[in-house]
Amino acid sequence: MFESLSDKLQGALDGLKGQGKLTDKDVERAAREIRLALLEADVNFKVVKQFVDKVKERAMGAEVLESLTPVQQFVKIVNEELTAIMGSASTKLTFSPRPPTIIMMVGLQGSGKTTACGKLAKFLISEGKSPAMVAGDVYRPAAIDQLKTLGESLNVPVYDEGDKADPVDIAKHGVEWARQKGRDVLIIDTAGRLHIDEKLMDEIHHIRNTVKPHNILLVLDAMTGQDAVNVALQFQEKVQFDGVILTKMDGDARGGAALSVRAVTGKPIKFASSGEKLDNFEYFHPDRVASRILGMGDVLSLIEKAEKTIDQKKARELEQRLRKSTFTFDDFLDQIQQVRKMGSISSLLGMIPGIPSAKLKGLQVDDKAFDKIQAVIQSMTPEERRHPEIINGSRRKRIAAGAGSDIHQVNQLLNQFKQVQKMMKQLGSGRMPKNPFQMFGNPS
Amino acid sequence: MSHNWSDVFIGVEGRTIPDPVDVEQQKRGGWLAQLRDGLAKSRKALQQQFASVMFDRFDDDLWEKIEEALIYADVGIDTTVSIVEKLEAEADSGAIKDSTGLVTRLREVTAEHFCQDDRRIDVAHTPAVILMVGVNGTGKTTTIGKIAWHLKQLGKEPLLVAGDTFRAAAVEQLSEWGSRVGCEVVKHERGGDPAAVVYDGIAAAEARKADVVIIDTAGRLHTQVNLMKELEKVARVIKKRIPEAPHEVLLTIDATTGQNGLIQARMFKEAVDITGVVLTKMDGTAKGGIALAVSHELDVPIKLIGTGEKLESLQPFDPAEFALELFGESLGRS
Ligand SMILES: Nc1nc2c(ncn2[C@@H]2O[C@H](COP(=O)(O)OP(=O)(O)O)[C@@H](O)[C@H]2O)c(=O)[nH]1
Ligand SMILES: [Mg+2]
Repeated sequence: MFESLSDKLQGALDGLKGQGKLTDKDVERAAREIRLALLEADVNFKVVKQFVDKVKERAMGAEVLESLTPVQQFVKIVNEELTAIMGSASTKLTFSPRPPTIIMMVGLQGSGKTTACGKLAKFLISEGKSPAMVAGDVYRPAAIDQLKTLGESLNVPVYDEGDKADPVDIAKHGVEWARQKGRDVLIIDTAGRLHIDEKLMDEIHHIRNTVKPHNILLVLDAMTGQDAVNVALQFQEKVQFDGVILTKMDGDARGGAALSVRAVTGKPIKFASSGEKLDNFEYFHPDRVASRILGMGDVLSLIEKAEKTIDQKKARELEQRLRKSTFTFDDFLDQIQQVRKMGSISSLLGMIPGIPSAKLKGLQVDDKAFDKIQAVIQSMTPEERRHPEIINGSRRKRIAAGAGSDIHQVNQLLNQFKQVQKMMKQLGSGRMPKNPFQMFGNPS
Repeated sequence: MSHNWSDVFIGVEGRTIPDPVDVEQQKRGGWLAQLRDGLAKSRKALQQQFASVMFDRFDDDLWEKIEEALIYADVGIDTTVSIVEKLEAEADSGAIKDSTGLVTRLREVTAEHFCQDDRRIDVAHTPAVILMVGVNGTGKTTTIGKIAWHLKQLGKEPLLVAGDTFRAAAVEQLSEWGSRVGCEVVKHERGGDPAAVVYDGIAAAEARKADVVIIDTAGRLHTQVNLMKELEKVARVIKKRIPEAPHEVLLTIDATTGQNGLIQARMFKEAVDITGVVLTKMDGTAKGGIALAVSHELDVPIKLIGTGEKLESLQPFDPAEFALELFGESLGRS
């Protein structure tokens, strides 16, 4: 669906190889692509303007490092600037020395506050806290029931006064209640409200001044468009929130709103929430989202991850062997295991640029297939792994039986392996990429 | 402004539902109030803006301003380019001569970019079946309450089906709307098979001679393959009982949604063949331009807009009004 940004940049900067410097014209062309990509990602257009100017300024006449292509050089600058805006590390919650620590959730209707309350409670439990929740949304039908149901499933007590009481009173009483119950964190759910709804904005302002939360979190849908800036500024003015929870991150929205909000309010994105299960909630990684916004997959974190996990020496040995084109089933198995150390195959695929995540989600790579491959290889003898050509019919039968598989699958694997070997031979005759994962489509 | 709601639905008698004077909404400067005094103001602002930029010169600055206004409204790049190119061509050929002409054509061309199919909602069947789909939190359940209320005002008997068996208290939420409207709600236990409750709901409607069955579904992200399959199954179950149903499949899109809205709509369209869009939360400051992209690129009409959280907060969609609202503020400011 999307042509990946790296492809587009490649196009814009084509023919630039070996030129050594980014010329103004190249930078203009590449900047245009960045501008479009950011707009497509829902970054506010004013933020985009400022950002692109900054990148252009840095990129004009920049030396291209020897180890990088011009495209990579440009992406590096863009990424550095993006990361600079997003902030480098995730910032944690503030805990009060005098419990309960109060956390208030605010946001537009439908942004996912109530679900986020449940997820945050679960997250806090896993960090050793004993949270409680307050049902402060008296407006939306059944919002109180929803929070209570979540509380029950987590075994977290919920304070409510029905939907006739005043939310300010509910919050105030809720804090007392939590203190008496000895809960150390109190999460206050509030009704969704429009940032221009004066009456309701005054209401949360009032709650804030009454219970003085230690953390106020703005819950923001990752799919939000240009208006995110207005929303954030208004909430900032009324309640000075401390950070953002970005929700619905399991969709394929690029999440440019996060960048806009961060840029105009300076407030950090603290958590990323995805999925409907209550445990899909984690600290936000600004660097990962920087590349998601750009539609580059998580190419940068993939490289980083790969570097950490792959044993460098093994990689060199592998390269040696590839050069001599003695790629065996042992190497194959080893490689599969290395890759799997980094996470499930499907999550790895999600990090590769050029694969639109929408398509990927439909694909649903079967990690079990890799289990089967491993089982087949493991039931080969060492001799067979080194010299697959000796695997005849009866050996195939034995291998299949040993792996709890059938002949057909063994044949399939042998064929695939032959192809990989052939490919490796071709690669081996040229220069090997330093990092075998460049085979996955690193732009270079 | 009261709408002739019998023009909004196919299959209801002529009757208007006067908009209740909603003091609070007016105080808050709700969408309608804004629109009313916005009409005159924004038209003027637009013209002044353009008069000052160009006199009779159409330069890059001007086109860029228009582009920005569209982008700022979440219309997205492709549809923006399509609109601006058309206007540029008309300016080049001399068809647009001055700022007044440009402002007029800008609004017209924008309005024309919406799919021009019938925007009415077909309830001329007994029972008529409306299936409501969309991403989490976009306003499905609330919109169902509103549609049911309007139908009830027009003398139709709606019946609601609690097809969101997943989200905590979703059934209670729909039931509350049912009791506010005064209509029956068919529901099962939470966690049950949505297809089963839908099947029962239609059977109940047939047995009790309800006029319109409105089916709520769980919110789902278009990327969740299994849930999209589940939706297809719901549609199949409906067809099993009434082959030509669902007569309407309405997709709710939140006006604050950015470019992802287009992908959402595309995937929902693939799964259940949507007949129209309800653009919700137009009472905020978001312009809802993604609806234009969706309507233009996927050829689906926008049928209704949601303008608040009350039963009455529903309006028929009007492309011309929308185009006016879309440019009003953003070009006037800057
Ligand atoms: N301001 C405003 N809020 C709305 C509108 N439609 C729905 N909502 C609110 O958006 C939230 C989510 O709505 P709901 O119907 O539960 O969404 P669903 O998850 O798609 O069923 C609720 O708080 C609704 O009150 C609208 O047109 N304007
Ligand atoms: Mg719902």
